Amino acid sequence: MLRYLTAKQLGAYPRLRDSMHRDRAAQFHDRLKWDVTVDANGFERDEYDAINPLYVIWELPDGSHGGSMRFLPTSGRTMVHDHFSALLGDADIRSDNIWECTRFCVAQGAGAHVAAGLMLGGGELMRAFDLTHLLGVFDARMIRIYNMIGAAPEVLGSMGAGRDKISVGLWAYRGRDRAAVLRRTGVSSALSEHWFLRSFGHQVIRPRAA
Amino acid sequence: MIRLKLDNFFSKLAQADALDDLQGLIVGLRDVLGIDHVVYHWVSADGEQYGFGTYDPKWAQRYVDQEYLRIDPVILGCFQRFHPVDWKRLDWGSRAARAFRQDAIEYGVGNQGFSVPIRGPNGQFALFTVSHTTTDDEWATFTMSTQRDLILISHYLNQRALELEKGRKPEPVRALSPRETDALTFLAMGYNRGQVSEMLSISEHTLRAYIESARFKLGALNTTHAVARALSEGLILIGGAARAAPGNWPGRDNHGVAAN
Repeated sequence: MLRYLTAKQLGAYPRLRDSMHRDRAAQFHDRLKWDVTVDANGFERDEYDAINPLYVIWELPDGSHGGSMRFLPTSGRTMVHDHFSALLGDADIRSDNIWECTRFCVAQGAGAHVAAGLMLGGGELMRAFDLTHLLGVFDARMIRIYNMIGAAPEVLGSMGAGRDKISVGLWAYRGRDRAAVLRRTGVSSALSEHWFLRSFGHQVIRPRAA
Repeated sequence: MIRLKLDNFFSKLAQADALDDLQGLIVGLRDVLGIDHVVYHWVSADGEQYGFGTYDPKWAQRYVDQEYLRIDPVILGCFQRFHPVDWKRLDWGSRAARAFRQDAIEYGVGNQGFSVPIRGPNGQFALFTVSHTTTDDEWATFTMSTQRDLILISHYLNQRALELEKGRKPEPVRALSPRETDALTFLAMGYNRGQVSEMLSISEHTLRAYIESARFKLGALNTTHAVARALSEGLILIGGAARAAPGNWPGRDNHGVAAN
């Protein structure tokens, strides 16, 4: 199931939180060999975890982490502006309605429906907060995953080549994708709404303004 | 109708030249939105606070006397978030919070609230709040349909408050990137989005992101406003290249008539 949690709220779910940071270490440090920090507890955490991002987390039946991603508004501090502005070239995208998405992580052995579930969560955030786009930095490996779940981004810029190629991309909200993402996640619209309501206290559904 | 009145609010906000003007504007905004209260509240790290809005002045005084700033779940909740939050989602569990809420209701604040956290330069923090007495469903409908406008209002109001407070110089508008400048310039010249995206060799999706970013930086309600503001602040120049302008582009059809 999906949970939408701020860093502070995550404190109430220590098992979920700890397994998320450990799975991030396993994916980004061990498997992908990125230049990230793993502490004495085996947790991967960075400076952006400390500035109150919003996490979308897939929780497994035993209460542990199945997958997650992290959001910050591009109107504030973000990884892409601090470290990857070269990828943006002569663009400098900033808005409360465009959020950066980072640390897309799926636990080893988690089913394909988990990645789809995370995309579903991202889409529900876009619907609920009337976001125009999500912005994210990703490596070559992720392109196959995005294509598989039907969520290919618009690439703004890239550097490097082959497996080391890093790109920054934009995802626009497309309402028509929601049915497909729900199917791939294996949940009903009502269930997705229920998960959202449980975390935010209000429905995702909103009347589309003119 | 609300759209027109919001346009009006933004124009008046742009023209305000004293902090006191903002009080009158926010009262007018309350009427436009059709709810009980609209409030702007600036909180500094060392506990200084400043605000204006429609609350009963007796409540404002009580808030200060009781040092409610220290336990107000709305302040704490907004500080922990970057997105707007409905008060029902906050932590009202403590005895102090419940007593505070009871007090607030007695002073007419309302049983529903929705607050937008605002972060300005140098760690500045403020909130923009709307509150009312109504059912959960009615409130959900209101907040969902006005959410984006409320976010926009809160940012621009904060910007003006920062400028007008202590006669500060206006904060420099965050610079438009070259891409944003290009996009707005072509739009100002009268090209449509399809043409602009072709000229910039980007997709319309990407163009939309540049326009959204420019709109946010300029504090504009929509694209038309963004173009108008960029023009009036000299951030884009269209000079003699306006397509629909009278006269002609020099050499365009060899008449050699100087354009405006």
